Amino acid sequence: MDKETKEIISILLLIFFPIVLFFASFLLGRYPISPIDVVNTILCPIFPQLEVNPTITTIVFEIRLPRIIGAIVVGACLAISGAAFQSIFKNPLVSSDLLGVSNGAGFGAALAILISGANIITQIFAFIFGLISVSATYLISKTYKAGGILVLVLSGVAISAFFNALISAIKFIADPDDKLPEIVYWLMGSLASINADKLIMILIPVIIGLAVLLALRWHMNLLAMGDEEAQSLGLNPSRLRLLIIAGCTLLTSAAVSISGIVGWIGLIIPHMARMIVGPDNRILLPASLSLGASFLLLIDNISRAVISIEIPIGILTAIIGVPIFLYLLKRGYSEWA
Amino acid sequence: MGVDNSLFQVKNISFDYGGEEIFSDISFSIQKGDVLCILGPNGTGKTTLIKCLNGLHDINSGEILINGENIKKLSFKQISKHIGYIPQDHVPSFPFKVFDVVLMGRAPYLNLTDSPKAEDKKIALDALKTLGIEDLKDKEYTNLSGGERQLVFLARVLCQKPGILILDEPTSHLDFGNQIKLLEIIDNLAKSGLSIIMSSHFPDHAFLSSTKVAIMKDRKFIDFGTPESVVTEENLRKSYSIDVKLIELDNKRKVCVPMKTNLKLDL
Repeated sequence: MDKETKEIISILLLIFFPIVLFFASFLLGRYPISPIDVVNTILCPIFPQLEVNPTITTIVFEIRLPRIIGAIVVGACLAISGAAFQSIFKNPLVSSDLLGVSNGAGFGAALAILISGANIITQIFAFIFGLISVSATYLISKTYKAGGILVLVLSGVAISAFFNALISAIKFIADPDDKLPEIVYWLMGSLASINADKLIMILIPVIIGLAVLLALRWHMNLLAMGDEEAQSLGLNPSRLRLLIIAGCTLLTSAAVSISGIVGWIGLIIPHMARMIVGPDNRILLPASLSLGASFLLLIDNISRAVISIEIPIGILTAIIGVPIFLYLLKRGYSEWA
Repeated sequence: MGVDNSLFQVKNISFDYGGEEIFSDISFSIQKGDVLCILGPNGTGKTTLIKCLNGLHDINSGEILINGENIKKLSFKQISKHIGYIPQDHVPSFPFKVFDVVLMGRAPYLNLTDSPKAEDKKIALDALKTLGIEDLKDKEYTNLSGGERQLVFLARVLCQKPGILILDEPTSHLDFGNQIKLLEIIDNLAKSGLSIIMSSHFPDHAFLSSTKVAIMKDRKFIDFGTPESVVTEENLRKSYSIDVKLIELDNKRKVCVPMKTNLKLDL
């Protein structure tokens, strides 16, 4: 098989695999639904003459659909922002929480659970504190005259550690009988509580974030050559980087606000995508989107179908993600160096 | 005062970094088709000067004019249409294909949300053909030899369609044979109408392809002019603090030979 055929096949797979997986995912769960029922139920709003069972309609639209879309959106957002971050920081070992967004969002959620407990407040606080932590990282790095990527990354490490300490403080004072388990559970990540309302809330930040990253994706290639070269090619590297960071932060904060902290996707998916389609962000970003969505949906399906108790998704992504990462490291290290 | 219609003019520029003077009081101008070679020992500020010339660093005083326009008034994008720049060192990142690296040279002509179009791809392919490296098109640029990679970057700057090329020690990572080949390519580009400013460690290079030479010592130009008038035994001794013999070969080509200093270490 020559190189071009291989490329076409992998692109077709990247397009159709998530679609097939999307429909297949409706079949899984405690209440068995046949493939024909799934197709009929989904098509029913368009073709009202189809006969469907109301119980199945409820399960498909109110239980399974939000969770499936949730898995797709969270996986896609974390993966595409991870790919963008790796490219603009010229470093294949970073992921979207490099600048502190996860710990910031985690603190927001923990605080909201402590003082309120309402789902919607937790989501809003997680989102806002995600944005605050990255803004803090960015502004702090700007106060150093020498500036540059290293200072930005180190500021991110500091801000992450700071919010991590605040999370610990909240855990310490939280009521161990009801608030503490809730905080811990949120921090481990879960797709179980995703519903239509939560998805609608993140619709706008997700659309804006995706639009920004996809529109700028060719120019990200230039940032990967280093700031001086990017500037000599006519770009303003720090302004472009800021735009991309803003897009990634919107996506990551939105994802974290509905799922809690789901690790490893932002790190390993871009690597997998790069091994399949190469480093050109024009293809790498859409490929990461597709793989991220499929990966998290697949893992969530496994957790729903195979295991009878609900395991936090963050634990599963790590348990499955780490061996995959180590395998990729063995196979492709020379290619990323 | 007559109107100076030089392509690229530098007037009394100086630069300091955190209070430390890197270079000062440098002036010169070049015309279309000129090749200016800047010579000088390590640490005299050649690289910093080069970066100031294409606007990567802001000078502290003086002015730089491109076609009579002050560089400070031009955007990065406008500068990139006038000047193509190849740095001395490139830290390789992801294994982009050669063709995609060359295509990056079209960025000055694209909006931030655009990707290269068919026309840009044609220009990139033409640049590869011009330099005779079309067969490298689909290779990963991170796996090339130093000489090949330098040609890829040269193809990239040609895509910018600049009037001026600024090359920081373009031969420093090349072997003996590739150095001469690159200098000949530079010579050809200049004859096709490009103006070139390059720095070099090797005084010989000034004789091979330059029309003008500047020689630096202690953060200043100590001489500027034609290769014959500037690359002299005396200037080289001043600049490099070492005795140098100029030898003329049969075909009138001059070479510079550094003399041994009889250094004795107390080991």
